[in-house]
Amino acid sequence: MDAIQANNLTKKYHDLTAVDQLNLTIKKGELFSLLGLNGAGKTTTIKMLSCLTKPTQGDATVGGSSILHQSEAVKRKIGVSPQETAVAPNLSVKENLELMCGIYGFSKEKTEEQTKKLSEQFSLQAVLKKKAGKLSGGYQRRLSIAMALIGEPEILFLDEPTLGLDVIARSELWDTIRAMKGEITVILTTHYMEEAEALSDSVGIMKNGKLLAVGTVRELMERTSAEKFENAFISIVKEADK
Amino acid sequence: MRIWTFSKRCAKEILRDPINLFFGLGFPIVLLLLLSAIQANVPVELFAIETLAPGITVFGLSFFALFSSSLVAKDRESAFLQRLYTTPLRAYEFILGYILPMLPFALIQSVCCYLVALFLKLPFSIHIFYAVLFNIPMAVFYISLGLLFGSVMNSKQVGGICGALLTNLSAWLSGVWFDLSLVGGVFEAIAHALPFVHAVELVQSALTEDFKDIASHLLPVLLYMLAVSLGAVLLFLRQMKKQ
Repeated sequence: MDAIQANNLTKKYHDLTAVDQLNLTIKKGELFSLLGLNGAGKTTTIKMLSCLTKPTQGDATVGGSSILHQSEAVKRKIGVSPQETAVAPNLSVKENLELMCGIYGFSKEKTEEQTKKLSEQFSLQAVLKKKAGKLSGGYQRRLSIAMALIGEPEILFLDEPTLGLDVIARSELWDTIRAMKGEITVILTTHYMEEAEALSDSVGIMKNGKLLAVGTVRELMERTSAEKFENAFISIVKEADK
Repeated sequence: MRIWTFSKRCAKEILRDPINLFFGLGFPIVLLLLLSAIQANVPVELFAIETLAPGITVFGLSFFALFSSSLVAKDRESAFLQRLYTTPLRAYEFILGYILPMLPFALIQSVCCYLVALFLKLPFSIHIFYAVLFNIPMAVFYISLGLLFGSVMNSKQVGGICGALLTNLSAWLSGVWFDLSLVGGVFEAIAHALPFVHAVELVQSALTEDFKDIASHLLPVLLYMLAVSLGAVLLFLRQMKKQ
């Protein structure tokens, strides 16, 4: 079964077309990366798929539910970790996790269970009592993703999850993301080639709102006869300019 | 349940900010003590404790506009609201979640001011209780005004608008610090067209058992409260849609 199917998804802001006629299918359990330069339309695509913004045209099904007509059902199936860390700064790590449990209407037992499970999964035990606003960038990102997973989503959206992190924090977060592979569908936006290459089952390359190519890293390299994925990306993006 | 969860979070965010605690509780009490000290040395009718205490409690409420606007603006900027918009939390739960936790704090602020006023020789009576109750419409007005500004401005802008401009306007146009009739003219007319002076006189009337004037002051305060609350809901929904 497909986790996501987008049909002619378009978003226009006045004269600017942020996403243009996007057609995309993402399989269940897949880790899919949307790769592109700044302003390519990656975040807008995620915002539409997570019902944050309505498409100007087209529709998409997320977990089998329409983003246009069944947004409540979609929201019950997804988790989103926005580009900004999006945590409550004056609440402790534990309180942030408990807040999300309360929003999903979990019982006290389930809240305890989820908080314990996710703090272990994301190695947050040492900072559970620390205020989220005082955490390092790496810990804030981990907390942000853990918060997105509280509702036990089928589909997880990660918008630039490693933006601004140092090499070590990025590597640790990659390990955490890799560990989720297969269990849930992950859609990740990034403009780091090495990130898309290291993590993805398949990659979609976007530029100026258009999806230029979709495939595995190997397929995209073969298609462009490139030895490095970075060269394949450059070749696809430049080809679109011709 | 979800409103309770979100309200609890908003309450914690406000209470854990020491600046909020200072302006929410400390500053009105400091003003009350300071002006009472002046009154003790140079008696002025305006600063008599029966007149001053209601004025300070209403003025103290103006800081709640700053608290609520800062919280909403910061939540928008940090994408925390964006995250919550992708959860099953509904629009009315957000709005009530922001407003409800601030009301008890506003009442606690008023109660603390009256406790200090009792220490400053305000005669104890049941009317203090009425005075606290009649602060509720103005508390809702200020909290909603904060929600309104927080929905359209960033945290720096709301600091200027709600922190500096609104608190000053509330002070000048409320008749707490000087008799408005001494200025008279357009200034006095503007002051009476706005809710601040009515809110002060409403609470003063409740405290001094002057019940015949209550309705004439309550009506404009309630109208402003309803108009601002409606505006806040509409602008909050608009920014929610604009995501």
